[in-house]
Amino acid sequence: MTLEARGLSRRFGGLLAVADVSLRLRPGVPHAVIGPNGAGKSTLINLLGGAIRADSGAILLNGADVTAAPDWRRARAGIGRSFQRANLFPDLSVLENARLAAQASLPGWRLTALAKEESGTWDQAWAALDRTGLTGFAAHPAAAISHGQRRLLEIAAVLAALPSVLLFDEPLAGLGPEETAPVVALLRDLAATHALLLVEHDMDAVFAIAAEVTVMVDGGVLETGTPEAIRTSAAVRDAYLGHRA
Amino acid sequence: MTRPGARGNLWLGLAALALASMPLWAAPWHMQLASTAAIAAMFALSLQLLAGGAGLISLAHAGFFGLGAYSVYLLGGGRSIFLTLPAAALLAGLAAAATGYLALRTRGFYFLMTTLAFGQMLFFLFHDTPLGGGADGVFIARPDMIWTVPKAARPVVFLLLNLTILTAMYLFLWKLMGSLFGHALSGIRANEDRMRAMGHDVAGLKLTAFVLAGALAGVAGHMAAVTDAFVSPELLGWHHAAEALLMILLGGIGHLHGPILGAFALTAIREVGQSITERQRLVEGLAILAAVLLLRRGIAGLRR
Repeated sequence: MTLEARGLSRRFGGLLAVADVSLRLRPGVPHAVIGPNGAGKSTLINLLGGAIRADSGAILLNGADVTAAPDWRRARAGIGRSFQRANLFPDLSVLENARLAAQASLPGWRLTALAKEESGTWDQAWAALDRTGLTGFAAHPAAAISHGQRRLLEIAAVLAALPSVLLFDEPLAGLGPEETAPVVALLRDLAATHALLLVEHDMDAVFAIAAEVTVMVDGGVLETGTPEAIRTSAAVRDAYLGHRA
Repeated sequence: MTRPGARGNLWLGLAALALASMPLWAAPWHMQLASTAAIAAMFALSLQLLAGGAGLISLAHAGFFGLGAYSVYLLGGGRSIFLTLPAAALLAGLAAAATGYLALRTRGFYFLMTTLAFGQMLFFLFHDTPLGGGADGVFIARPDMIWTVPKAARPVVFLLLNLTILTAMYLFLWKLMGSLFGHALSGIRANEDRMRAMGHDVAGLKLTAFVLAGALAGVAGHMAAVTDAFVSPELLGWHHAAEALLMILLGGIGHLHGPILGAFALTAIREVGQSITERQRLVEGLAILAAVLLLRRGIAGLRR
């Protein structure tokens, strides 16, 4: 599965949030998008996931044009996305959070399928919890687990729907150092079999995971290249990395 | 919204049996009162699918109840109840489909106001046009039942009929809320945007719930018409919808069986209020105020 963006642009009033961004995601080539706050990274994810529509440009999923498809149809077609704010279903159990995500992947939406007792989707939910190390907390309400665990649940809910394209919006935000390592390992694993886009501020994680890096500044692409090329790029250093060092 | 477990259902079943035994010990007037409460319970229960189930607060719901009631009048006398009942559900369901298709494009406060507008349109359709026989309401011929019911037996027959339909409706909704559809509604109530992002057809799910709830309200309205042999435009008004919401709040919006408890409680409060004073609305209001302030989770929340 591949996800391709061609010349995506989106304007909010006078602000050009995303300007002519093109990129291609495919399994085995994890792609990271970095850039200062306000560079348009989250807007890019929103455009790819369908939460907002592009003013111009096209989005192709496996060659099929999904530019006009609403977010839920794109999710059904295999685009899974996580959110910066971990806000799933606080009153529901961790397992039910993942199971609801899995339920969304049921084929079609027919009353006969929906009239079934809660079955079938359990396996997917458990597998996702297993992958994120949350099985021990399956029965806890989502509101009662730690912030780090909620970040993991965010990932688990994406995985439970069995997507083929993964769009992760700052999955490591707010995680402690000892919590980060397993998530980085998980993302590296997933990248082998999924088309993966990672928006992340943690540069160590970005360079550990990504095979391609796009640097965004003021909505536009400053540079795209291998982590090595980006690390050594003078333009990138001036525009972004330099400010942090 | 939680569903009662096996024990809860056992208690509800026992309560239903106690009511069904009323012909053995109660006066006809009290059986009529129980019938009224059972119909109110059906109505509130149908709205609970939206309110407690999907987090949708609708004021158009009385319109669907009223359409169900008026369908008996519109079909004319002498029809079989096996025709009028499905016809009432169908008519109410169709109206709910049209209303929901448009109203569900809005959310929150705007949804509430849109449903108010649609509900009032239905109200004025029957209040201000000759379609429904006038603003003061109209007496109707009851549909044909399997046997002719003698006048003296009516309180008994209608009580048992209404209890049966209330039980069937409850069991249907109990089953429904345990299905994947019910789980999806709970997800929508908790976080609609998230459900959509996950790939759930939120619009389709909400419309389905809205139509189902509307059809069930039509069934409740039909039973009101059959029981009372009288229909009036007030049945469609938003006051009536607000009353069902009140019953849900009183009984417990977080519990599937809350509206049933709320409907019987409110009917009882009203009856007691009426017997001790002419200012029964005041008694009613104070009782509801006290109940809502003291029982934050309604009557159904008392057990835990």
